[in-house]
Amino acid sequence: MPSGPIPILKLGSTLLATIHIDLHDTVVDSFQNDVLEEIERTGSDGLIIDISALETVDIYVARMLANTGKMAKLMGAETVIVGMRPAVAATLVRMGYLMEGINTALSLEEGLEFHTRRSKMSDGMGDA
Amino acid sequence: MYRSERERWEIRIDKEADIVAVRQRVREIAKEHRFDQFAVAALTTAASELSRNVWVHAQKGIALISVLRNGNKVGVELEFVDHGPGIADLNRALAGGFSTSHSLGLGLSGTKRLVDEFSIDTEPGRGTKIVIRKWKKEF
Repeated sequence: MPSGPIPILKLGSTLLATIHIDLHDTVVDSFQNDVLEEIERTGSDGLIIDISALETVDIYVARMLANTGKMAKLMGAETVIVGMRPAVAATLVRMGYLMEGINTALSLEEGLEFHTRRSKMSDGMGDA
Repeated sequence: MYRSERERWEIRIDKEADIVAVRQRVREIAKEHRFDQFAVAALTTAASELSRNVWVHAQKGIALISVLRNGNKVGVELEFVDHGPGIADLNRALAGGFSTSHSLGLGLSGTKRLVDEFSIDTEPGRGTKIVIRKWKKEF
């Protein structure tokens, strides 16, 4: 089990990580490792990172989130970042960091729906 | 324009956790002076980028946070001073998308776009001083 300060919960075949604290760089780095290990340990094919509590996302953290999504994808899990605040989105784009290639959703509910739709689609493909 | 001595804070940066300390203090001050959420995020993110630059490139330095007054206008000024390696190619660093380590480059050019005033004084081998200001929007 991950020992870091960011809780990672398993919901069906999806992992939910909720970032609820102002992040130190070292926490950011260990979170990335924890979450990848949890994907392997639990065999999850979906990851939701809830950042709705974060008032500040600087480029270091944004890059870590985007890279975590890319790493998870290499392992076979799809990531959705949910709950980005309006001021965080505005700040990142003004700085020139677009977080391209990352799935986002307005809320945790929509993030869960994204994964539900995705698993239904892959089930459908399996039937064909 | 003046600075009140009562509204001036100095935070030493000599460990990674100080990045968080600086941005938390800046966030508190910006909220206390009722900056809107976009301005709070801009100032806090700028504080985070610039204090990380001090930590990553110079390992130690100081952050000075001041509240500015100009007539009815209220602003926040952040000054970061270090005696680290300085920036050899400033034009390139400010152009963005280039990095000697971590997130410098987009950090500096991006920070510049978040604030109203940005000045930088750097000399290779001597250090870097960056001053930024953001004024509260009046409606």
